[in-house]
Amino acid sequence: MSEKKPGLNQSAGKTILEIRDLDISFKTNAGTIHAIRGVNLDLCKGETVAIVGESGSGKSVTMKAVMGLLDSNASVNSGEILYTYPDASGREVTVDLLKMPKKQLRQQINGQRIAMVFQDPMTSLDPTMTIGKQIMEGMFLHENMEKKAARARALELLNLVGITDAEKRFRNYPHQLSGGMRQRVVIAIALSANPDILICDEPTTALDVTIQARILELIMEIQKKMGLSVVYITHDLGVVAKVADYVDVMYAGKIVEVGNVNEIFYEPKHPYTWGLLSAMPDLETEDDRLYSIPGSPPNLLHEPKGDAFAARNQFALAIDEKAEPPLFQVSPTHWAATWLLHPDAPKVEMPPELQARLERARKEAEKVL
Amino acid sequence: MSEIERKEPLLEVRNLVQHFPVSRSFTVKAVNGVSFEIHPGETYGLVGESGSGKTTIGRSIIRLYHPTGGQLVFRGKDITGKMDGSTREMLRKDMQMIFQDPMASLNPRKKVEDIIGEGLKIHGIGASKKERQTLIGDMLKKVGLSPEHAARYPHQFSGGQRQRVGIARALIMNPKLIIADECISALDVSIQAQVVNLMKDIQEETHCAYLFIAHDLSMVKYISDRIGVLHLGYMVESGTKKEIFSNPVHPYTRSLLSAIPHPNPEVEKRRKAQTYDYASSGLDYAAGTEHLVGGTHTVLGTDENIREWIGESRL
Repeated sequence: MSEKKPGLNQSAGKTILEIRDLDISFKTNAGTIHAIRGVNLDLCKGETVAIVGESGSGKSVTMKAVMGLLDSNASVNSGEILYTYPDASGREVTVDLLKMPKKQLRQQINGQRIAMVFQDPMTSLDPTMTIGKQIMEGMFLHENMEKKAARARALELLNLVGITDAEKRFRNYPHQLSGGMRQRVVIAIALSANPDILICDEPTTALDVTIQARILELIMEIQKKMGLSVVYITHDLGVVAKVADYVDVMYAGKIVEVGNVNEIFYEPKHPYTWGLLSAMPDLETEDDRLYSIPGSPPNLLHEPKGDAFAARNQFALAIDEKAEPPLFQVSPTHWAATWLLHPDAPKVEMPPELQARLERARKEAEKVL
Repeated sequence: MSEIERKEPLLEVRNLVQHFPVSRSFTVKAVNGVSFEIHPGETYGLVGESGSGKTTIGRSIIRLYHPTGGQLVFRGKDITGKMDGSTREMLRKDMQMIFQDPMASLNPRKKVEDIIGEGLKIHGIGASKKERQTLIGDMLKKVGLSPEHAARYPHQFSGGQRQRVGIARALIMNPKLIIADECISALDVSIQAQVVNLMKDIQEETHCAYLFIAHDLSMVKYISDRIGVLHLGYMVESGTKKEIFSNPVHPYTRSLLSAIPHPNPEVEKRRKAQTYDYASSGLDYAAGTEHLVGGTHTVLGTDENIREWIGESRL
């Protein structure tokens, strides 16, 4: 582990996606919005990374940069996104997705090697095409498949994502399916070209809890079968607990805490993570008031001075107003960007309600282990 | 809780039926005979998946729809069919609604003071414009905004602030019952907590009742006193939150509870949600009747079903 790049996934697996010092800003009528302010992230083969944060924290923008889907007013100021994959001859190649020409990215990477599942299945499916046609589209484009073979593969995919009666559904239009079924079709399309990486942008936010659980279990099952690496973008910590191996907590365009899923849920260190965990009522909470993070996220039109979270942080120190905290190491895999971890900082404990809740969670976890 | 129960119910919904004829041969049967009561000052949570009819019930109660059958009694007055003038005025004043998407439910071309003040103007509350402005300013303060915000337009607020405007609009009439239809679903987790806390504070102060419609069970459990579980237009189970959460009887309720994700990775990774499929379950909601299984806890089903489920849940 190098001193230069703290806060990265330290798992033993082979890294296939590395984001380094990513910095993106958007030009708008009101001025320049500095949306991503130096993001580092690693994704290893077969693992699941979840990016958590409020809306506007930059989690979607980071992944859109990977897909080359940034809006035209965006400019990448610095950084690189390195993607490692075996080429046609089986040799490992590493490319910088940010430097790749758009056309090449579309032809060789998007959809084929890195696929994405969007939030709302109704807007990501074409209402004028049968779902069979939409699933086969990628196979024709990327693999020049014969029609017959493509059809067989499409039916196979529909079965894989748990759609019964695949023959009949093949000829259906999106509006004839329920929300959960539609999202299954979107997943089938994403898997149609055998990608290495699946990016799920709030895949279950538009769905009911019962269907959400089934879709998440489906993605996990397919991941195991195909050895996929998955990135989840979400603000639902329940989803993160279910699926993630590693968690990146984002705030105002930066990753403020990173660790494996147990470290983030049982021993969070950053006050923002404390806030996120406390704001979610769990079924045992009986307190009269829910903890809520006061205020709202900063407007990145104006570069925040010091720690961007300081204004909403009840544990803020004087130094938070002046200097931005670096990532402090907590364990080999766990890092957090808060001055509270500095050796000279006063001892600050997390709120007692959260402490009690984490204690309960740890006990429950011990029971099942 | 027991004190609340002894009082007259604020709202009685008896056997509410709401159908929407689409064509001569096809009718959408959104709600099929749902009954429940809301008492003054309590929060009643309605949960269910999309298409279960929970939003329709809310809209029928506030009479945005014309109920197909059943009876609605609000503050002792029948509000089901055609209402006389005084009943309608009472309904419009004493029952208010907060909608899901604050951007869609606030007129973008009106200033916040006009949005909040519209009800005051219509009902002739406040003698002068000045008096109304003070009322609006006070209300804005109550929901955590400042009186200076009155001259702004909805787009100048963040999502959480906009929902506060929606709450202020509902509260300014001093309602007895507020129907909150998925009012926090569109907000971020941390902002959700702020809005829910605000709603709880307001209830403590004004003793208004809430009909809280949502699909997020953990939030419903947190805010509600009693809960009704809807599926396909039937109330499959209802009771206090303790009864529902510690002893769910109906298989649909159980599958719903098992689907709630817990923020506890070791537990969550080992848990599989129970599945429930009406078509293959062999149940017929229309054949079932309401059974009291203890306290105020009722379950929909035939005698056989209930015996089977209760036996199961005791195991």
